[in-house]
Amino acid sequence: MHDDDLTGETLAALGERVVAQARSGEQIEVVAVRSVETDVRAWQGEVESFASATADGVGIRVVIDRRQGFAHAGSHDEEVVAETLQEARDNAAFGSPDEFLGVAVPDGVTAPDLDLWCPELAAVAPETKIDLALELERAVLAGDRRISSVESADYADSLSLGAVVTTSGIRSIERSSGCHLSVFSIAAEGKDTQTGFGFSVGRSLDALDVQQAATDATERAVRLLGARKPATMRTTVVFDPWVTAQFLGLVGATLSGEGAVTNRSLFAGRLGEPVTSSLLSLTDDPTDPAAFGAGLCDGEGLATRRNELITAGVLQRFLHNSYTGRRLGAASTGSAVRGYSSVPGVGAMALVPTPGDRNAADLVGGIADGVLVQEVSGLHSGVNLVSGDFSTGAEGLRIRDGELAEPIREFTVASTLQRMLLDVVAVGSDLTWLPMTAAGVTLVVADVTVSGE
Amino acid sequence: MTSAMPDAEVLDATLHAALRTGGDFAEVFVEDRRACRAGFDDGRIEELVSGRSRGAGIRVRAGASVGFAHTTALSPAGLREAARVAAAAARAGGVQQPGRPLSRQDAPAPNDVTAAPDTVAKARKVDLLCTAEEAARAEGSAIFQVACNYGDSRRRILVANSDGLMSADEQVKTFFSVSVDAAGDAGKQNGRETLGHTVGFELFDTVDVADLARTAARRALRKLEAVPAPSGTMPVVIGPGGGGVLFHEACGHGLEADHIHKDVSVFAGRIGEQVANPMVTLIDDGTMSGEWGCYAIDDEGRPAQRNVLIADGVLEDYMWDRLRADREGRDASSGNGRRQSYQHLPMVRMTNTYIGNGDSDPGDIVADTPHGVYVAHLGGGQVNTATGDFVFGMTEAYLIEDGRLTAPIREGNLIGNGPDVLMLIDALGNDFAMGSPGMCGKDGQGVPVGDGTPTLRVQRLTVGGTAA
Repeated sequence: MHDDDLTGETLAALGERVVAQARSGEQIEVVAVRSVETDVRAWQGEVESFASATADGVGIRVVIDRRQGFAHAGSHDEEVVAETLQEARDNAAFGSPDEFLGVAVPDGVTAPDLDLWCPELAAVAPETKIDLALELERAVLAGDRRISSVESADYADSLSLGAVVTTSGIRSIERSSGCHLSVFSIAAEGKDTQTGFGFSVGRSLDALDVQQAATDATERAVRLLGARKPATMRTTVVFDPWVTAQFLGLVGATLSGEGAVTNRSLFAGRLGEPVTSSLLSLTDDPTDPAAFGAGLCDGEGLATRRNELITAGVLQRFLHNSYTGRRLGAASTGSAVRGYSSVPGVGAMALVPTPGDRNAADLVGGIADGVLVQEVSGLHSGVNLVSGDFSTGAEGLRIRDGELAEPIREFTVASTLQRMLLDVVAVGSDLTWLPMTAAGVTLVVADVTVSGE
Repeated sequence: MTSAMPDAEVLDATLHAALRTGGDFAEVFVEDRRACRAGFDDGRIEELVSGRSRGAGIRVRAGASVGFAHTTALSPAGLREAARVAAAAARAGGVQQPGRPLSRQDAPAPNDVTAAPDTVAKARKVDLLCTAEEAARAEGSAIFQVACNYGDSRRRILVANSDGLMSADEQVKTFFSVSVDAAGDAGKQNGRETLGHTVGFELFDTVDVADLARTAARRALRKLEAVPAPSGTMPVVIGPGGGGVLFHEACGHGLEADHIHKDVSVFAGRIGEQVANPMVTLIDDGTMSGEWGCYAIDDEGRPAQRNVLIADGVLEDYMWDRLRADREGRDASSGNGRRQSYQHLPMVRMTNTYIGNGDSDPGDIVADTPHGVYVAHLGGGQVNTATGDFVFGMTEAYLIEDGRLTAPIREGNLIGNGPDVLMLIDALGNDFAMGSPGMCGKDGQGVPVGDGTPTLRVQRLTVGGTAA
């Protein structure tokens, strides 16, 4: 392994060496990755920590006699890779036979022409990275007299290389770079303390906006000062883009072909039927270079593609990898997602709702009585994707007579995912790409229970 | 792959290299982890997965700054290079600091492991999955999916630092979970049960996975009759074991010294104050034999300890790692310095956090509650330590009407504020139990933690349902 290779060719070559060892009747898939990362954390004008590292990984999937085995290791050492192949072969003997198992087969779809790679990041001097983190902390502290401290101000970057090679003839290489700034702010007034956050994300340094991250962190914390627990009520809620993106991430999870195969999905068996408000259209589009989750290939090495999931409320398709596609007689949608330490799953990479034609202020202006949610907590513990039960901790602002009013906290927002999707009454025009698998937009949902006093 | 760990001579040379350009403290953390997992879902064994990771993380501290680098190259040259990168990152300027000669200081293991997972045939692990899935399916025809997961890991760690400490530990964990989906007239429901201990395969000498499966299946089936959870503020009784998650979120994270140091905890500056009802004594104990969050040494080489955090409602102490203990001028950490892997910096983390028995009969606690919610089984939670607001999920819960458990209710979150809730605990049962094994996430790192409580009641909590 050439430690300074940033083309990904050495990763693909590693995969080819393993695949060349396939025995008669054996299918092999190798995923090899390398990442080069820097993390800087500033606190009180000093560098609290500076970490830099290169990490390697390899995952090997073997399918033989319709059984599957898998093994992975955090090294590209030849001896380790050989041991990993042996383990994967050994493990295959224990899987249940399943005629639909197998590595992906090239499907002729051409990978999108995307430039997600900015190798100059690797050459940026450590001082420059440190300065960005320090500048971010200063900018938040200078933003408002009520900002009492910054919990952490971080700069991070990564260069990621990955290759997938299979016995079926796939040989894909993917390279992407990214950097981000993130900051957690504390606002205090009297005995009251509130928190906020801000971030900025890009593929190269010049895409980062220190001031934007700082302003968000300042405003989010300061506007919650004085927040009280609201009364319990049934009302209209407005999700800000940050919250909507998390909500859409959950919706995306219900559209995985795995849920369609196992019948766990809320929407299993409902292709072609209306499942949401007709105002909602949702596409997974990792071919859009603006998307944080943009990519050339999926986790099985197939080209990514644009997949319409919901059009004007009607369910168009589930996302598939090769396995779930074969199971349901559909093709892979290029939606295999994975790390090197697991077999391919299925997931959305870049969900994007079709924006409406009114901005956030307009939408709030039309609401006589409601709640703007600016942050949620406990989505992992309060949402069940099998039953659809939805309940999340929240903080935000009351909406009264079309205006943002007093701040509120320590309440929950509850409904079911199925109902909320039907109860969407407006989609904002403010489409925002965020560092997650979905883009955000202001979303208005009627008839939701806000639980407080 | 070789399994040898670097010897004292190599570690000493690495620490020497780490402090070559100055710095106050250097540490080498070596980790060799093997894991195995297998899943059964959709009527078939999906696949058996083996994993291996091995590497070292090197930390150099210079004044207020910490430099960190990690590597998979455990050769003398590989470690030396990582030490150089960590030193450069710490930006230490100055002259070589002498480190103390290394001396081996191991701590006793919290328990023995009699059946190391790598000595157990893979077929036996897979058999457990089949046993559990069969038992779950047999509980009722409304069950349409059963997913079972088996996992084990063996983590060998070695820590050496410039104070002369050199210590090692081997941590073996075994995990099993069952998730059952059932369908009824009112839609689909899901029930889960998990088991995890810091022991080997001998866990299954005393635990029948079929029992776990039946518990998960019954949870799912019972919930088919569930009514929407109530909304608003009301008394909440939490069953034995479950309340640990509440303390983990309501105050556990707020008692981690890194949050205190940065003044982002509602518990900062409150040592010696009454912070909870006097019946509450909260302990974090990394020595609890076999529990999910136990170990002989933490990831900074410090022996695990039993730490009393709240005694009779009075805040006694926070939890500490090396960095924060040094900054506060304490002699040592409290054995709470943990990290997800050699690729991560250590920070203050909980181990097994629990409340001991009170003296109430758990039946009386429910009988004394005219109206409210009984939470039998909890999901995870989340807290904002700066405001104290926290949530936790209920995965099995019932209405309390006239002092009796009645209808099961649908899933949802509860929300409260840590300092308020601690004062509002007004009943503690005598039926202590440990809760389910958890993975606690903090700043992007996950570590295994345990918790436990007897039955307890909180006078007022906000239940996040949809019913009026």
